[in-house]
Amino acid sequence: MFSYLVKRILSFLPTLLGVSLLVFLAIRLVPGDAITATLGTEAGMLTDVQRQALERYYGLDKPAWQQYFIWLGEAIKGNLGFSIRHGKAVSSLILERFPLTLELALFAIIIALIIGIPIGLLSAIKQNSIFDIAGRFLALIGLAMPNFLVGTLIIFVLSVYFRILPNAGDYADFATNPLKNVQQLFFPAFTLGFAFSASVMRMTRSSMLEVLNEDFVRTARSKGLANRRVINRHALRNALIPVVTLIGVEMGYLLGGAFIVEQIFALPGLGRLTINAVSQREYALVQGASLFIALNILVINLLVDLLYASLDPRISYDDSN
Amino acid sequence: MKRLISLAFISLFFSLSFAQGTLVVARAADTTGLDPHTQTAFASFRLLELIYEPLVTLDGDLNIVPALAESWSFNDDSTVLTMNLRHGVSFHDGSAFTSSDVKASFERILKEETGAASRANFTSIESMDTPDDYTVVFNLNTADVPLLAAMASVGAAMVSDEFIASGGDFAAKAIGTGPFILDQWTPEEQTTLKANTAWWGEGPYIDGIEMRVIPDETSIVAALRAGQIDFALLNDPIAATLLIGEASVQLNQVPALAYHVLQLNASREPMDKLEVRQAISCAIDRQEVLDTASLGYGEVTGPLTIPAFKVPTSELFCYSKDVAKAKELLAQAGYPDGFTLKVIAASAEPPTALSEAQNIQAQLAEIGIKLEIESLELSVYIDRWLAADFDTAVALNGGRPDPYTMYTRYFTKDGNLLKVSKYVDDTLDSLMAQGRAESDPAKRLEIFTEFQKHLTEMSPWVWLYHDFEYTAQQPYVTGFVPNPTDSLYSFSQVKLEGKQ
Repeated sequence: MFSYLVKRILSFLPTLLGVSLLVFLAIRLVPGDAITATLGTEAGMLTDVQRQALERYYGLDKPAWQQYFIWLGEAIKGNLGFSIRHGKAVSSLILERFPLTLELALFAIIIALIIGIPIGLLSAIKQNSIFDIAGRFLALIGLAMPNFLVGTLIIFVLSVYFRILPNAGDYADFATNPLKNVQQLFFPAFTLGFAFSASVMRMTRSSMLEVLNEDFVRTARSKGLANRRVINRHALRNALIPVVTLIGVEMGYLLGGAFIVEQIFALPGLGRLTINAVSQREYALVQGASLFIALNILVINLLVDLLYASLDPRISYDDSN
Repeated sequence: MKRLISLAFISLFFSLSFAQGTLVVARAADTTGLDPHTQTAFASFRLLELIYEPLVTLDGDLNIVPALAESWSFNDDSTVLTMNLRHGVSFHDGSAFTSSDVKASFERILKEETGAASRANFTSIESMDTPDDYTVVFNLNTADVPLLAAMASVGAAMVSDEFIASGGDFAAKAIGTGPFILDQWTPEEQTTLKANTAWWGEGPYIDGIEMRVIPDETSIVAALRAGQIDFALLNDPIAATLLIGEASVQLNQVPALAYHVLQLNASREPMDKLEVRQAISCAIDRQEVLDTASLGYGEVTGPLTIPAFKVPTSELFCYSKDVAKAKELLAQAGYPDGFTLKVIAASAEPPTALSEAQNIQAQLAEIGIKLEIESLELSVYIDRWLAADFDTAVALNGGRPDPYTMYTRYFTKDGNLLKVSKYVDDTLDSLMAQGRAESDPAKRLEIFTEFQKHLTEMSPWVWLYHDFEYTAQQPYVTGFVPNPTDSLYSFSQVKLEGKQ
């Protein structure tokens, strides 16, 4: 188990290096730089000397490959660079924004599970009943409605009919004002969770149907166990393994920042930080943030793999296997 | 005793919760930096014009009015500008504002290492004299009347010479003379300002300002409806016009100086032919573009959007659509069957760019010109625009309060953006030079009327329309004066009486 962990963690390094190189190249291949992003068309009014002075200021005066190695050297030492616009170290910016993103992701997944699993179960147990049809219909709506539509509709209904807005640009974090924080995050989390609940519902239903036809379930039933006990003790646990995979994938996605929802609900999360950094051509911030997001996904994949072992006794990472 | 303490707490609680002195403002785009001399984004101006002040400013009708200078005069041939400074003005750090600050500020702008894009407006300044603490004499290397209007901008804000001399970091610290003092700026989230109680003018009447970023403008509209903000800056006409007829919210609109335009690249075939450019101009019904893209909220305009210099569009070349004439012009140029062109448009800046392009595409199809639309991310668009890497471009170009400052960059022989406009001729160049030296308003109007007529006839660009600058506010906000430059400087006069 321990050597498995070490091997997995070591394998992070080449992945992260690859990500950093890819992001470095991609952001520099896009036309425009920090100067045109800040000055807009007024950049055309600059004299050559003025332009050079600004290139020095933004650290763009060295060749790109040198910039990469300078950045890499510092990154290894734990310094991800400095954001001129924010006037802060990239790493502290990321860590400031991350709690919101994490909280929103967890909140959204909890909402998705609360909606998705019971309806999925009911659909499977009462296959082809009116519950099943209604559940599948709801799932289709969830899959078909994009976040920006659900989010905008929620805001419209709340503001026009109830004269409230979850967040008017005055986000409060959980530590300062937990009540306000939960109020502000509920609707964005619901928007994200509603879409994801559809996937959870469908996955729970289909894998439950599959498990219910397996031999061990039939055995349990033939032993005379109550239906409730068969489902709770034997079937559900096995049926949830694919759902765990699904949660892992979604969690990785959400920790990259839910940009659209953050945008609509004015939440200062990791997604908005990264997208704004891209449009402002803040290279160091883009690189730092994408590295962090990649690391998140790697860690979550590892956690999901470890979780499999505890859910399904047939899976084991022990050295003897 | 216990009772006293709890009473004290209760009164403290109420005084806190009923402190109504802060104006809560929301907007979609945030400031990009704090240095007044290097910032060019409108979003940055909206913050910095509350903190920093220039020598002169513009009122709601674009008249040049005193700010840190009380009065000024040009000599007879407009080559020497003498300014008398206001007494009793101090910077936010307490130091007094004097003529040496003026000299140091302009020296900083003119120094190329600073990287001030507005430097091009001030290169006529040869030297500055400061005979006493409250007099500054600008000696110019050429007659330059528009210099004064160019000074009415955050780009020419006054900063402290001591701060410059001490190597002060303008990107981190904002020390101006303005009605508000920067308290804290958290990019993309919130900016807080507190009132400058030592400000030289009457006011401010509020305790401070809280500027929040709400990136989605429909959410800003929702926040206004829900009464969670006092004031909103709106950029997207579609979002702003949602508030028309909304009784509980007041929508302010003022004609904008910025103009929507279809730029033709006259250095490329076939737009190098005058007849082709004129044919494109004649084929486009500008009102139709306005109606389609901006739902009619705006006004068809010639090159100059400054009210004092507007020319009735009936006097300009081909401002009423004439398909027959357009086809005839195309045939004369040797393209009776039309040709294919590309147009670049930024995907969201302005929000109407794509709709404009689509409408123009449909109209040009009528004369056989096939327009292919390239929708680009803003920075990519700017890069291509600056390199003049386009056949045609849909653009929203910023206006200036003076015609010379507005177009010298594009249509004079040494204009900085001639590399983008790709068109100049002797008539334009000499009219510009005359307009720069002339100080009589009536004669200037004559010169710039001729300039506009000639420019539209040569059709390097097809000027379309200007829209409105929108702000919206709760009815209890009083004292704000909407300005065509979108300036928020009049926040110094805002009162919040009756805010619940």
